Amino acid sequence: MSTMYEVLPGPEHFLPPAAASMGVRLPDPGQAHIHGKIVNEDDAMEAAARQFLSAKVPTIFPGPLVLWAWNEKAAKKATAIRHLYETIKESVTPSQQAMLIPMPDYRPKYPKINPEIEINPNHPNLTIWHNKIDACMFVGVHCHQANLSLKIIRGGTYCYTIAMCAQAGHEDAMVSFRDATADKIMRLADWVKKLKGSVEPPKD
Amino acid sequence: MATQSLVGTKNRAGQVVTDAWKMMHEAERTPCFFTGSEVIKEAIRRANCDVMIAYPITPQSEAAALIGELFAEGFIGDYFRGESEFAVMSQCAGAAFGGARVFTTTAGPGTMRAMENFPMWAGARLPIQMIVTCRGINSPLSIQPDTLEISYLLNTGMLVWHAETAQDFYDWILKGYMVSEEPDVHLPLALCCDGFFVTHTKDVVNLTPVDMCLPPYDPYRSPVPCMDMECPPVRMMRDPFVMKSNYISYATHASWQQEVWAAVERSRKHAIRWLDGLIEVDKPDADILIVSSGTAVSQGREAQALLEEDGIEVGIVKIKVLRPWPGDEIREATKNAKHIIVPEFNVTGWLAKEIRATIPDAGRVYAGPHVCGGMTMPPEVIAADIKKHLGIKAESLAGRGS
Repeated sequence: MSTMYEVLPGPEHFLPPAAASMGVRLPDPGQAHIHGKIVNEDDAMEAAARQFLSAKVPTIFPGPLVLWAWNEKAAKKATAIRHLYETIKESVTPSQQAMLIPMPDYRPKYPKINPEIEINPNHPNLTIWHNKIDACMFVGVHCHQANLSLKIIRGGTYCYTIAMCAQAGHEDAMVSFRDATADKIMRLADWVKKLKGSVEPPKD
Repeated sequence: MATQSLVGTKNRAGQVVTDAWKMMHEAERTPCFFTGSEVIKEAIRRANCDVMIAYPITPQSEAAALIGELFAEGFIGDYFRGESEFAVMSQCAGAAFGGARVFTTTAGPGTMRAMENFPMWAGARLPIQMIVTCRGINSPLSIQPDTLEISYLLNTGMLVWHAETAQDFYDWILKGYMVSEEPDVHLPLALCCDGFFVTHTKDVVNLTPVDMCLPPYDPYRSPVPCMDMECPPVRMMRDPFVMKSNYISYATHASWQQEVWAAVERSRKHAIRWLDGLIEVDKPDADILIVSSGTAVSQGREAQALLEEDGIEVGIVKIKVLRPWPGDEIREATKNAKHIIVPEFNVTGWLAKEIRATIPDAGRVYAGPHVCGGMTMPPEVIAADIKKHLGIKAESLAGRGS
């Protein structure tokens, strides 16, 4: 399917389409995508770093695949994610608030989620709205649940979404990486450090 | 990943785990003269399957029984018979939830009986492979070839491929696992063929070496967690998310469905690579195109040869993959055709309806000839229908006995 569909911050629609159904294709190894267009990975690194530095509440959402040290790779990724978070925190101005909010599991939270401490793929907007998150990155979330979250967020919020995927990537994120490793996450932290001070912080 | 690191090691049957692309495209092939059912067995012998669950229903019973022999020979991890097709498909789900590579076969009324499971498989993102050896589904009972059941599978969220020949069948069973187990796809595959025409006839099929097998399924690449009663998708099924009446529940379920169909779309890229395209085109510049799937394509080729003797040039479009639907490919292949003929082995002409909904100027589509209930489709009938459609007088085959 040929397409002009762009994956952009919302709120897009009562029920936005899955980007894959609109013809957006996932990148091949070594590539990434920005707004649904295939780009080289460094361009996406720069775009993601700029979003973190220009957001009022840049947030990382680590999922179950990196929250538990179920293998050596997961433990290394978790360390890299913590490093990225610390780097963002050190690189933004005092008016910006970097956050690290886990998605510990995928169970719907009833009667009500505590949006201060967690996010859930079935109603991610509650956490986004409550904390006024305007840029976020998913990492270590199973692909199906990540896509669910990313699409719901695009539908109902203005949050800019980034996916650091260990598999093939996510069309429903505005920026998506694939084949994520601890090194790749560290590279993103390097980009944040490199661009520190060169990106205009958010107004008011 | 774990799968790659196992290349070069041996599986439970002593076969060498081989890079799938090399096995399918570079390994030496040996020609064998087999029935379609035997071909299913030979493909599964090399598929490194963990579990096969069987239930007897014609015309897939023979393949199911032959795979029982594979179990006895040590090529399958587990093999058993379910209480019904519904039970089989539910048991397949259980095995797949547990992280196994699963295979099953069914046909006709069995497919219909098990139908509730197929959207469940897709929604739970279980990459089970199911062979569908199509036969009649309606009363009065018929065990003969008829492809109506495929139309019921098209909106389940499964990948649906339609093999024409036993060679397709052999290759696509093995390639099918590679496509459906991709983490961005991770969906069940209904690999269909026309019962008896493919399953019970013999053909020369080129087989890959018997001492090679696919890399094992790696459940850790699944887009959803493995079976865990505290986590979805299993937990989802008994959780308030589907029981509550509120916007969030509805929106989540809607997004879930969209994600299944997004995964169907994602399989397009992989299927194009493994199957060398979703369609195959012969003589695309002909004014008349026969567009079909399964053995109707074979009959179309014979009709093409007959018409060529009369100086009428006809092209062929073979549709290999029905889900995802190759809309762009069909639009491109048919853009210059004046007449599009869609022969089918079913009463409703579901394929012609899909094609009409896909291309501009759908009046070019002639939905037929249709046969069903086990009737054959002689090439002469296709040729006669094409001639009739073109306004050329043609002898009716049905009147030959008069």
